[in-house]
Amino acid sequence: MLSIDNLHASVEDKTIIKGLNLEVKPGEVHAIMGPNGAGKSTLGYVLSGREGYEVNEGAATLNGKDLLDLEVEERAREGLFLAFQYPVEIPGVSNMEFLKESVNALREHRGEEPLTAAEFLKKAKAACKQVNLPLDFLKRGVNEGFSGGEKKRNEIMQMILLEPSLCILDESDSGLDVDALQVVADGVNSQRDGQRSFIVVTHYQRLLDYIKPDFVHILADGKIVKSGDASLALEVEKSGYAFLGKAYEEADA
Amino acid sequence: MSEQIEQALSKQYEAGFYSEIESDTFENGLDESIIRRISAMKNEPEWMLEWRLKAYHSWLEMEEPDWAHVDYPKVDYQAISYYSSPKSMKDKPKSLDEVDPELLDVYNKLGIPLHEQEMLAGVAVDAVFDSVSVVTTFREKLHEAGVIFCPISEAIQKYPELVKKYIGSVVPRTDNYFAALNSAVFTDGSFVYIPKGVRCPMELSTYFRINEQNTGQFERTLIVADEGSHVSYLEGCTAPQRDENQLHAAVVELVALDKANIKYSTVQNWYPGDENGKGGIYNFVTKRGICHNDAKISWTQVETGSAVTWKYPSCVLKGDNSVGEFYSVALTRGRQQADTGTKMIHLGKNTRSTIISKGISAGKSNNAYRGLVQMGPKSDGARNFTQCDSLLIGDQCGAHTFPYIESRNPSAIVEHEATTSKVSDDQLFLAQQRGLDAEKAVSMIVNGFCKEVFKELPMEFAVEAGKLLEISLEGSVG
Repeated sequence: MLSIDNLHASVEDKTIIKGLNLEVKPGEVHAIMGPNGAGKSTLGYVLSGREGYEVNEGAATLNGKDLLDLEVEERAREGLFLAFQYPVEIPGVSNMEFLKESVNALREHRGEEPLTAAEFLKKAKAACKQVNLPLDFLKRGVNEGFSGGEKKRNEIMQMILLEPSLCILDESDSGLDVDALQVVADGVNSQRDGQRSFIVVTHYQRLLDYIKPDFVHILADGKIVKSGDASLALEVEKSGYAFLGKAYEEADA
Repeated sequence: MSEQIEQALSKQYEAGFYSEIESDTFENGLDESIIRRISAMKNEPEWMLEWRLKAYHSWLEMEEPDWAHVDYPKVDYQAISYYSSPKSMKDKPKSLDEVDPELLDVYNKLGIPLHEQEMLAGVAVDAVFDSVSVVTTFREKLHEAGVIFCPISEAIQKYPELVKKYIGSVVPRTDNYFAALNSAVFTDGSFVYIPKGVRCPMELSTYFRINEQNTGQFERTLIVADEGSHVSYLEGCTAPQRDENQLHAAVVELVALDKANIKYSTVQNWYPGDENGKGGIYNFVTKRGICHNDAKISWTQVETGSAVTWKYPSCVLKGDNSVGEFYSVALTRGRQQADTGTKMIHLGKNTRSTIISKGISAGKSNNAYRGLVQMGPKSDGARNFTQCDSLLIGDQCGAHTFPYIESRNPSAIVEHEATTSKVSDDQLFLAQQRGLDAEKAVSMIVNGFCKEVFKELPMEFAVEAGKLLEISLEGSVG
């Protein structure tokens, strides 16, 4: 599925990722935790190809394809989905037309016929229901005037619609109350089918009570410094990142 | 992203073809004898010729305005031909079957079939080719409703009383430099009269095409909506791709009598010049409407073409409770320059106006909104709302806003809102991460930005306008 080998990446000449290795197999859920500034969000941007995020060394492949060689939209069409921490608004463009274009761009890439308006609407309605979004969200501008929680649920709704093979969730729990967290987690869990893989980037263990990870990795200073199973997250919850040394303790305070 | 955008705007202008059509074209230059010849070609009555000559003499005294935020070499008015007509039009074809098939073919290529059975149902078209109207469709059907829709040259012959009464009544001969020039040399255009209480049974539309080299197009449109009548009118325009600049100086006058309603939409796609600013149309146009009591005039324009645009469709709200609206999308790219906006002149009581202007700049273009809202001393309770938004694509273009507000009535309310935004990297990244390519993403963002204006266009044309915008943006991201 996803294979990252000795990845080094920088933003504005500042090296953020410093030799990261990660193997994600089909159906697995990997949680990435770590203190602020460790490079958690950067990893998602680098993998999805955001401009300004330079790869200086290393390799990353998705289903055998060289990710780093592809444009942003090509990576998306290959099945990589990034759920944004702060989704941006696109005023005047309805969620519906945006998602229909998006779904059909992916279908075209797979050599499938585009969905008709009716077919699309049916799927979109089902996806909305799954994350508890009222149907009128489809008519509203993309993220336009959505609350923080609505934006997050909207991201999960998109993920359900686009049926990616690898989902990267960038702090999809931040700013959510317990009920909203449950909705987001249920949305994600419904998509776990033994084939689809997830990278769950989070600051808090809390989300992992709802989305059970197969592996937990601690990212610090651009590298994975510790890996384990779900119990590692609990350990972090209890004693913080003290084991990383003093500097991180303060950064996380 | 900026780097991608900086890359050349490589899109081809789709209407840029030239058609080999034999034509009678006047030699270049302008003097009294040219005006007499134009008038004679059109077989005009004496009063019309006199009117033209008066305009010409005023024009000679006037100076070309230079206050607009545009920069172009001065036009040599002696290097232009003021009349060009396809040869086949000499003996006035009586019906569509007699129209030169090559001419019809030009319009077919532009996606405007003139055979009525092939046309969009419910849209009547007047096709103006260089200086003459070649065909007007659905005339009989309109005639049944009492609606007059014909070339203005024909109206001068057939309905001289109407023309004489209203021509120059909204845009006087001496209104401005280009209006005076137009009044002297106008060659064709459309005339519309909607009788009292009649709701025009179909959309009316005029399609302007400049074909010949070194010719100017000076059309004149006059629409009179009698009391309580309704009409929706649309104009479209294209021209071949040429290295030299061509002048288009039109005048449009709208008269909305008591309780009448005129909706005037423009999809302007004159050749904009190449990416280095070579060639393209100078679009210097005066458009104005007058509203009597309880009347309404609504201007909607989608402007994507022309090298230089100087255009301010305006409303004189003379009657009490009259309403003026202006909805505009102006897109500039390459080296295009646009200085466009509106004037809302509130004279009557409880007059209302709305201005929604969306300017989009890409490439190395400059896009200016210039608007005047004037509240006269008697405009008790008048209201205006102006919203003026600019969207920048890339970092080498300019957006400018010049709002003028003059209020001489303490009870009048004027609101002005303005925003400037960029197509942000974040928006592009979100769209691309969802599988859309950059071009599709930009055109979607721009379409969203323009939505408030597009929804004012007649259905068929809203789709066309969206597509036009998409084509115009092609290549604006690398």
